[in-house]
Amino acid sequence: MEPFIHYAPFTGWVYPNETVIEWSVAIVVYPYITGLVAGAFTVSSLYQVFGFQRLKPVAHLALLTSLCFMFFVPLPLLLHLGHPERALNNLLTPHLTSAMAMFGYFASFYIVLLLVETWFAFRPHIVEQARQRTGLLGTFYRVLTLGSYDLSEKALRYDRKWIFWLAIAGIPGAHGLHGYVGFVFGSLKAREWWSSDLMPAVFLFSAIISGVALLIVLYILSCLLRRIPIDLECLKGLAYTVWGFIMVALLLEGLEFANIVYKGREGVEMIIEYVSGPLLIPYFILQFAIGAILPLLILSYIIWRGTTGKALIVAVTASACLVLLSVFMMRWNVVIGGQEISKTGKGLLTYQLQVLGKEGLIVAILLVIAPLVMLLGITRLLPPWVHAPATAPSLHAGTR
Amino acid sequence: MKKEAISSLLARRLFLRRLGRAATCAGAVVAAGAAGIVQQVAAKNGPAPSRTSFPTPDYDWTKHRWGFGVDATKCIGCLRCVEACKRENNVPLTAHHFNTWVERYVYLEGESRARIDSHADPVNIAASGSEKEYRFANRYQDAKVEKAFFVPKLCNQCTHPPCVQVCPVGATYKGRDGVVLIDAKYCIGCRYCVQACPYGARWFNEAKGVTQKCYWCYHRITKGLQPACVEACPVGARVFGDLNDKQSPISQFVRNNRVQVLKPETGNEPNVFYVGIDKEVN
Repeated sequence: MEPFIHYAPFTGWVYPNETVIEWSVAIVVYPYITGLVAGAFTVSSLYQVFGFQRLKPVAHLALLTSLCFMFFVPLPLLLHLGHPERALNNLLTPHLTSAMAMFGYFASFYIVLLLVETWFAFRPHIVEQARQRTGLLGTFYRVLTLGSYDLSEKALRYDRKWIFWLAIAGIPGAHGLHGYVGFVFGSLKAREWWSSDLMPAVFLFSAIISGVALLIVLYILSCLLRRIPIDLECLKGLAYTVWGFIMVALLLEGLEFANIVYKGREGVEMIIEYVSGPLLIPYFILQFAIGAILPLLILSYIIWRGTTGKALIVAVTASACLVLLSVFMMRWNVVIGGQEISKTGKGLLTYQLQVLGKEGLIVAILLVIAPLVMLLGITRLLPPWVHAPATAPSLHAGTR
Repeated sequence: MKKEAISSLLARRLFLRRLGRAATCAGAVVAAGAAGIVQQVAAKNGPAPSRTSFPTPDYDWTKHRWGFGVDATKCIGCLRCVEACKRENNVPLTAHHFNTWVERYVYLEGESRARIDSHADPVNIAASGSEKEYRFANRYQDAKVEKAFFVPKLCNQCTHPPCVQVCPVGATYKGRDGVVLIDAKYCIGCRYCVQACPYGARWFNEAKGVTQKCYWCYHRITKGLQPACVEACPVGARVFGDLNDKQSPISQFVRNNRVQVLKPETGNEPNVFYVGIDKEVN
């Protein structure tokens, strides 16, 4: 059977082998969801490690979000591989000079860390349920307790210590995982569009804003679904976080682009032609103007005016949605954009997005939705709000 | 009492001295280890570790250092090399998969930039009538051509190959004879190497799920034959041989000409040596 390949039309001069764009939308989704993992974990760490009390209502939700997305991180890669059955070679015989070889270790370490931290965080709930419930669900919780039913103040203090240190270990873990993704691109000298020392930092900061933005949306949605009032202090805390990090992200992305243009190395004419032509809308309009500068202005305005109430909720949620779009476009513009600029520096290609197929649009959308479905399921089993009620301070004692 | 104090002082000094020595040793070990790792991870990594011959039993890859020369002043753009390569190496007969290809550079009167195309260009495919046939269309017959030449391209078997550096599983590696090889049974098909090659020499075989590229007809050269493209070239524009042998065609080619390599600024140190290429060739 003839394999199903789509060739990229081109203008100018490109190497013949370049006319197949090898890294598809699956490789766009991969750094996107990895970034959401790192960003969501940041929120959890801001509470657990840095003591941002106002983020308490979302701290556990952040942890679960990070976990659910992390489960799906390897999937786009497996869908992309020519031989997915050999994927474990990456762990068994890693080639130490390859940035990609580190993925297996970073990812495995991080999944284990997330699982352990989640277990500690939800242990009071698990024990409670294991004692109350019967039947299959009861057995499920009893297995989850791992035989530990001790909820004494001493045991809980011990748990908190673990959560604290795991959260600390998770900061380099999550950010290492994502920084390395940036290094995968930034360390390649073959492509001017990728080859940048700033790339890991650019990826990291955009990851943080995307994760916080996702939590804003999830928190608002969860409150609406559960018909409970939205904790405006918490929402403001998240908004401040996005606001702070978006400035750094914008600065780094701007600097990176300025460096390419200012250094003006071979092939820069083609890059300028590209960004002012096919990339004008995805790059300048969607990623920068609408996705980053607009939410920055909105957030600055509400912070300046001290906006509160419904206006605050609408403005912050809208900004968060825009940030999510911006970061997706950033991933797209890096992964696809880099391949659309020919290595000859004298031609441009056009990526043909497929709708069907294992690296098509439908699968890509499913890959982003699947972790959310998993999150919906997991919040039924481990409700992130039970042990973090923001509106009833009396319940705080003895729980986290 | 005093004696005791002195002896304890001595013991403390001795202990501190030992501690200092141990720390120095540990520091040295760590430093040596770190230096080793840094060296290994750097782009200038060493050749494959094994000395065993591959794949021909009586072939010893430690005894050869293969090199390739291209004399662009001789190439006539007949594309027999491309055809020979496609047949010899079972390369898919499409306009998107090539181990070797030929580029055409044409400077028209009054234009400062070259017009560049290859036989894979849609116009040239239209002229040949099929992706499986290779021809340069006579598209400049009515224009005033100031300067024109052909440049054959193939894998440069770089001394410091970035493709080898990035392979996550070590499926692609550099042989001791200088040829960069791919273990198709080990390649996971991630295509990171395709991205890393600045010359566009690598392509992905969708049917086999692995990356492929030119390996200077390794199955032939290890038996003492020439690569298929070299054998097919009617004008001797392609030169191949062992750089260890001072009388080989490639040694003479490198010695008797002022040769260039492509994209030297990448630090890859390519091993295809060019004569007669122009500033716009990269």
